[in-house]
Amino acid sequence: MISLIADILSWTCLLGGAIFLLIGAIGVLRFPDFYSRLHAVSICDTLGAGLVLTGLMLQGGLSLVTVKLLLMFYFLLFTGPTAVHALAEAALQSKLKPLVDEHES
Amino acid sequence: MDYLIDIVLLGLLMITGFAIVRMRSLLAVAMLTSIYSLLSASLFVALDAVDVALTEAAIGAGISTILMLATIALTSDEEKAPRHTPLLPLIVVTATGAALIYGTLDMPHHGDPDAPVHHHVAPTYLHDTPGEIGVPNVVTSVLASYRGYDTLGEVTVILTAGAGVLALLGYRTRRLNSRGPGNRQLVVLRVIAKLFFPLILLFALYVLFHGDYGPGGGFQAGVIFATGFILYALAFGLGNAQRVIPHRLLRIMAAVGVLIYAGVGIESMLLGGKFLEYRVLADDPVTGQHLGIMLIELGVGITVTAVVLIIYYGFVSRLHARDI
Repeated sequence: MISLIADILSWTCLLGGAIFLLIGAIGVLRFPDFYSRLHAVSICDTLGAGLVLTGLMLQGGLSLVTVKLLLMFYFLLFTGPTAVHALAEAALQSKLKPLVDEHES
Repeated sequence: MDYLIDIVLLGLLMITGFAIVRMRSLLAVAMLTSIYSLLSASLFVALDAVDVALTEAAIGAGISTILMLATIALTSDEEKAPRHTPLLPLIVVTATGAALIYGTLDMPHHGDPDAPVHHHVAPTYLHDTPGEIGVPNVVTSVLASYRGYDTLGEVTVILTAGAGVLALLGYRTRRLNSRGPGNRQLVVLRVIAKLFFPLILLFALYVLFHGDYGPGGGFQAGVIFATGFILYALAFGLGNAQRVIPHRLLRIMAAVGVLIYAGVGIESMLLGGKFLEYRVLADDPVTGQHLGIMLIELGVGITVTAVVLIIYYGFVSRLHARDI
C-alpha cells in the first residue's frame, strides 16, 4: 500500500518535472530577448530538476541513492541560480539592453 | 529499454555533431563540444564504464571547455569562411566513414561472450584481482598494478604535454593585479565559489583515495582538484590564485608526481622485486599492493593537477598581459 502511494507520488513528481522542463525549453525558444530566456532557463533548473530529483528520491526510498540525490539537489540549488546570475551580469556588462515595453515607461 | 537510451543518446550526439559543423560562432561551438562530451559520458555510464565516464565528464565537459574559451578569448570567436568547396572533404569523410562501418561488420556484437576481448587477459584480471590485489574496483587494479608501466607512460605523456605548453605559451611573470576582475559585480560568484571551493577539493580527495573501491583514481581526482583552483581563479582573479598556489610550485609538483610514481617502481626493485612490483612494499603482499596503488595514484593526481593548472595559468596570464 505504502509503496503504491510512493509510486504514485514519485510519478506525479517525475511527470510534473518533465512538464516544467518542457515549458522551460519552449520558453528558451520562444521568448523575445536574452533576459526573458534566462527566466525560462531558471524554471528548468529549479522546478524541473527539483521535481525530477524528488521523484527519483521517492523511488530510491531510504538508501544511499537518496542521499546522493539530495546532495545533487543541494548543489543544483546553488549552482543553477549562480550560473544564470553570472550570465545576466555578463550580458549587462557587455551593454545588452533588456527588451522593455516603451508604452508603459 | 536499454536500446532506447542508447539510441536517444547516440541520436543527440549526432545532432550535436551536425550543429558543431554548421555553426560559425566558435563560442557556441565550444559550448556544444562540452555538451557532446557530457552526452558521451552518459553513453559510457550506459555501457557500465563509469571510470571512463567520470574522466570524460571532468576533462571533456569541464577542463577542455575552459581551455577552449580561453583560446577563443585570445584569438577570435568567428570561424573564417572556408576558401574551398566542401566537396573534397565530404568525399574523404564519406569514404572513411564507409570504410569504418565496413570494418565494424567483422567485429563481434556488443556484449557477445565469445568476443576475443573476453578471452584474452580479461578473465585473468577478473579472476586474480580479489586474491592478488584485494581491490574491489578491477579497473583500478588493471590500471595501477597489472598495467602499471602503461600508466607510468601516460603520466609522462601528460608531463611532456605540460612542458610543451609551457615552452609554447610561456608564462608572463608580470605582477598580476591581485584584486582581480570586476568587484561589486562578482559578489554572488565569489560567495558561491568560496562555498564550493573546499567541497570540490574534498570531493577530489575522495575520488583519489576511494578509487580502489569505486569509480575514480588519480587522473579524475587531479582534474577535479585543478577545477577547484580554476573556479577560484575565475572568481578572485589569477593574482589571488597564484598566492594560494604559485606557478613555481606547479612546475615542481608536475615533476614530483612522476618522480613519486617512478620512485615506487625503484623502491620495489630495491626491496628485491621487479619494477613496479608492489607486493614487496609491505610484509603482506596484498597490503603492499594497496600501498603501491595508493602512492602511484597520488603521484598521478599531483602531476595531472599541476599540468592542468600550468596550462590554465599559461593561457590566462597571456590574456592579462594583453589587456594591460
